[in-house]
Parts: sequence; C-alpha cells; structure tokens
Amino acid sequence: MEVGKPVPAPEATRPELARSGPPLGEEVHWEVLEQTEEFRDLVRRRFRFVLPATIFFLVYYFLLPLGNGLAPNLMKTKVFGEVNIAYLFALSEFVMAWVLAYLYIRKANTVFDSLAAKVRARAGKGA
Amino acid sequence: MSITLVLFLIVVGITLVITAWAARRTKTTVQFWAAGRQIKGWQNGLAIAGDYMSAASFLGIAGLIAFNGYDGFMYSVGWLVAYLTVLFLIAEPMRNTGKYTMADVLAYRMSPVPVRSAAAFSTVAVSASYMMAQMIGAGSLIKILIPTLDTNLKPYFNWDIFGTHLDPSITMVGVLMMIYVIAGGMVATTWVQIIKAILLMSGAVLLTFLVMLHFGFNFGHFFDAIASVKDKATGLNFTQPGILYKYGQKQVFGIDLALIDNVSLGMALILGTAGLPHILMRFFTVPDGKAARASVAWAMGLIGSFYIMTTFLGFGAATLVGKANICAKVVNGACVGATNSNLAAPRLAEFLGGEFFGTTGAEFLLAFIAAVAFATILAVVAGLTLAASGAFSHDFYVNVVRTHLLHGHVSEREQVLVARITAGLVGLLSIWLAARIGATANAAALVAGVAFVIASSANLPAILFTLFWKRFNTWGAVACLVGGTVITIWLVAIGPGWTLPAVKNPAFPLQNVGIVSIPLGFLLAIVGTYIGDLVKADRLSEVTFHEIDVRAQTGLGAEPNPVAA
Repeated sequence: MEVGKPVPAPEATRPELARSGPPLGEEVHWEVLEQTEEFRDLVRRRFRFVLPATIFFLVYYFLLPLGNGLAPNLMKTKVFGEVNIAYLFALSEFVMAWVLAYLYIRKANTVFDSLAAKVRARAGKGA
Repeated sequence: MSITLVLFLIVVGITLVITAWAARRTKTTVQFWAAGRQIKGWQNGLAIAGDYMSAASFLGIAGLIAFNGYDGFMYSVGWLVAYLTVLFLIAEPMRNTGKYTMADVLAYRMSPVPVRSAAAFSTVAVSASYMMAQMIGAGSLIKILIPTLDTNLKPYFNWDIFGTHLDPSITMVGVLMMIYVIAGGMVATTWVQIIKAILLMSGAVLLTFLVMLHFGFNFGHFFDAIASVKDKATGLNFTQPGILYKYGQKQVFGIDLALIDNVSLGMALILGTAGLPHILMRFFTVPDGKAARASVAWAMGLIGSFYIMTTFLGFGAATLVGKANICAKVVNGACVGATNSNLAAPRLAEFLGGEFFGTTGAEFLLAFIAAVAFATILAVVAGLTLAASGAFSHDFYVNVVRTHLLHGHVSEREQVLVARITAGLVGLLSIWLAARIGATANAAALVAGVAFVIASSANLPAILFTLFWKRFNTWGAVACLVGGTVITIWLVAIGPGWTLPAVKNPAFPLQNVGIVSIPLGFLLAIVGTYIGDLVKADRLSEVTFHEIDVRAQTGLGAEPNPVAA
C-alpha cells in the first residue's frame, strides 16, 4: 500500500473485519475523521496518560545511575542486613515498569479501545 | 557420547522438526514475514522474550555480576524499562500501520525510494552488529562447552573462503539458522524463540532455586555472603555500586566520566529496544493492536522475572564459585589460563549440580545450561536473519528496485523466493564475517551495544516522528536514518575500546556513545525536515499524516489477519 491512496476496497467485503468495525467505504476521509470529537477524545486521553507516564519512567529510571554516581554513600546505606538502597532501588525499577505497564493496559482495554471502535464505526458511516 | 552432545542434538532435533512443520505453512509473503498474523498475544510475548534475551543477557549479565557485583545489574534494569517505551509509543501504532518491516510504516508518509533504502541501510547496520556479537559468542561458547563437537566438525570445515578460515562452531550455528529461516520463515523462527524462552526461563528458575536452597532460602545469609566478596581494585564489596563504573576518577567537561558513561548506556538501552528491527517485526505477527499490547505485557513479565533472576545467578556464581574459578579449563579445582566471565552461569550450574546431585548431577546441569545457551543463540540469530533479509528483499528489492525503479509487478511467488534467497545470502555473509572478525576482535559485547545505539539514534527518531509529527518529511527521515547510523559507527570507531588494546587518549572519550549520538539523531531528523520544507521537496508527507495518525491510533484499515478470510 502506498502513500496517500484510500484504503483498498476488497478488505471491506471481508466478514472478519466487521469485528473491528464496519466495512470501509471506497474512500476514507482521514482529515475529516481526525477532526471528529471521538478521535480527538481518544488522542487527548491517550496523550494524558502516555506523556506523564513517559516522563515519570524516564526520570525514575535515570535517578538510579545518577544516584549511584552522585550519592554513592546514600546508595550504599544498608536497609536490612547487607541489602542496601542501591539494590532495592534497582528492584523497584522492575516493580515500577510492571505497574506502569499494568495501568496502561488496563486503561487501553477499558477506555482507548472503545473510543477507537467508535472512530472506526464513524468511518463506516462515511464520517 | 557425552551428555552435553546428547542435549545439543535434542535441541537441534526439536527445532528441525518444528521447521519441517512450519515449512508447510510458509507459502505466501504474509506467512513468510508475519506468520500469517495468527500468532497469539501470549505466544508473541514468549517469542519477543526469546528474541530479546540473547546469550549476551543470559551469560553476559550473569558474568558481569559475578565479576563486578552490583554494577552488572544496570543492564538488566535498562533492558526491562525499555519495554515501557515500546508499549507506550511503538507496539500498537506499528501493528496498526505496518505490514512486514519498519520501513513499511515510514513509507506510508514518505517518498518510498529514498526512505526504504535508508531504512534498509540502518536495519542492516543494526542487525549485522547484533548478529556478529551473537555469532562470535556462539563460536567461542561451543568451543568451550562441547570441545568435542568443534573438533569433530573441524575436518568438514577445513576451508578458506576469501582468505578467512571457516570456524566450525560458527558455521554450524549459521547453517542451522539458515535452515530455520529459509524453510520455515517467521513461523519456524517464532516457535524456535518460544521454545528457547521456555528453556531459558526453566534454566534460570532452576539455578535460582538451587542458589537459594544452598543458602537455606535465607536472603540475609545470601546477602552476607555477597557483601563478603570484595573487589580488589576498589575495595568495594559486591553489593555496592562503583566497581564497573569507577566514579570520581576521570572527568570530561567537568563531569564524572563513569557517570556519563553509565547514563549514556542507559539511554541506549531504554530507547534502543524500540528501534530494533527484529523486535519491531514481531508486532506484525499478531492479529491486531490489542494482541500487540498483550504481547508486550507477556514479554515484560518474562523478561523482568528473568533479569531479576540474573542477580541470583551472578551473585550465586560470585559467592559459590568465585571469580578466580570461572574459566574455560579447570584442572584439580584450579583454573588453567585466563578467567572468562561468560562462563559464570555454566560454572555455577556445575557447582550446584555437584552439591545436590553428585558428579553426574554436575555434568548434567552443566550440559543443560550449555544446551540452553545454544538454543538461546539459535533463536536470536534466526530473528536477526529474518529482519536483515526483510530489509534487503521486501524493502529494497521488491519495493524499491522492482516496484518503483523498474515499475514492475512482483508476484507472491517471486517475493517469497527472493526472501528465501536473501535469507541465505545474509546467513552466508554472517558466517564469513563472524569467522573473519571473531579471529581479531575481542569486542563482541561492544558490537552488540552498537546495535542498540544505532537503533536509538537512527530508527527511533524516524519511527516516532513519522507517527507523531505532522511536519516530518522524507528529508528528515533520510537524515536521521543515514546520519544516525554513520555518526554512531564513527563515534564508536574513534572512541576507546574498539581497537585492542584500548587507546590511551581516544579522540572521543566515551565507550557508550548514545548520550551524543541519540540527541544528534533527533536533531538531524528535525533539521532535515526544515531543510526539506525550505526546498519544498516533499509536500505529500503532511497530507498523509492525517491518514497515519488515524490509522495508528484506531487500527482502522490495518493489515488484516488473512487466515480468517
């Protein structure tokens, strides 16, 4: 498929696509679709999650090497036994990654997917 | 016949049976490149994990931790956090807009001939450096773990090709990988990766369990033992940061060199994964965006658990075996010759097997871990071969040369045939290159690092801007794809560590060049775009942005799953 061409029609006749939205017409007006309330809502909501989450994980991630380099004595502080802040901080990075991934996927399954389905339905009606 | 050889043959046997089965379902291009888009989310998650956890992460990280303590763990952390970038920004839009390769997404908006050629260039650069590291590692591993295999194979590979003597172990790995990819395409590659992921996880769980069994499942005792291991040079113990990254010794521009190096490594790790062509390709094998998301979830679960276990393997080897006893040849309990950090996990397996199951146990566990490492390498190189041949045949041959330059129609039959031929060529070339470089460079790990830096400096800006920046155009895309790749290779070449022994005062002070090359890659993309705007070269890309924007976000008109049809 190349630049700027409308979505090819043959797919529209495939019954399995009904699952992910109504068949696509001869031509989809992408620009019109982009301006619909549903689409803008989808983009806005996704952006409102992804942007802060990305900034958060970048900052949280780089705190680890920065901490190790700039505050070595703090990082070497023992919390219990010989287990120190440096190791626990590194472990917390794993927990952080899993929690953020879980939150994103939950949001995507409940909110983003249904909004995307609405936009696809809109396209079926010729936007 | 030794246990090791038997286990190796079992791994080879299973993967060949899978390939034979997969070959019958590999007739069309969508089957060859994307396994017919019928891989389930969890299966793809396992395969991503299998594609990603290379021998460098299994043997390499365990070895880094065993030799340097805590600092070795930094790689593990970065490699998991990287998947947040993939999940938030890349996985679903890729599946929603792409077909078989990364360049398909770029070519939606950009002028196809330059952008596909540039993407093929960066893809081949990334895959080639990753592949070299894996193949060279494979060669030396097999020689150490099953020396009999290498010696027995030697008479059959006693040839010189263009002045390079073939390496039996490397050639064997290369031939197997060519069989998987040529015969079974993405279907075979996926299942080899799934089996490898299961094997690798079982191996890591088993070793972790035995390490903890040794310490009576008492973390306190385990950490006491780790803290009693001291690094001679720095005086630090193994729970403390600072052994590998020697903070406070050298400065560049008034900032600690070790700190910059570590941050720079982190940048390449967490941004590079989202630009690795062989990982991106995996997202085209699932039916829809939702399954792409599910596969990242599965992959993160597996990869994260595995990387946490690397600390048990590494620290276990440091405390139970000891750095001084980790080497290729042990005679009467003492090392003969140099220590080798890559053997930390195998030597740990040998020790634990001996402790709990006697001499046969030691032999069996060592053989098992060796077989796991072997399966690991096979799965990764197969994925890389597929990505590299995708860039050659799908992007360059089919879409640039045949379609746009010769204005021809390329039949399914021809496309699959060319895909198989290029996979074969990629395989042969890498066997030859690995044998050639392997003899001279000790820099296998460095070469693998380069792959992440090129991916984050060249591929990532191109993908992100294509998906999210309206003004982005062909000029910007070509500038970062070509410029990012060239700058990275150049900086690495003039930096320390490329040539052995390391240069005293290299022209570029950092070994990890990401901190310079990644911003430069993004900058090139932006500058290129504005220059393109100025000369009014590419007006279409702004119009087509609306299309890719809607497609990426909603999955409207995404490449369908052909099986349901």
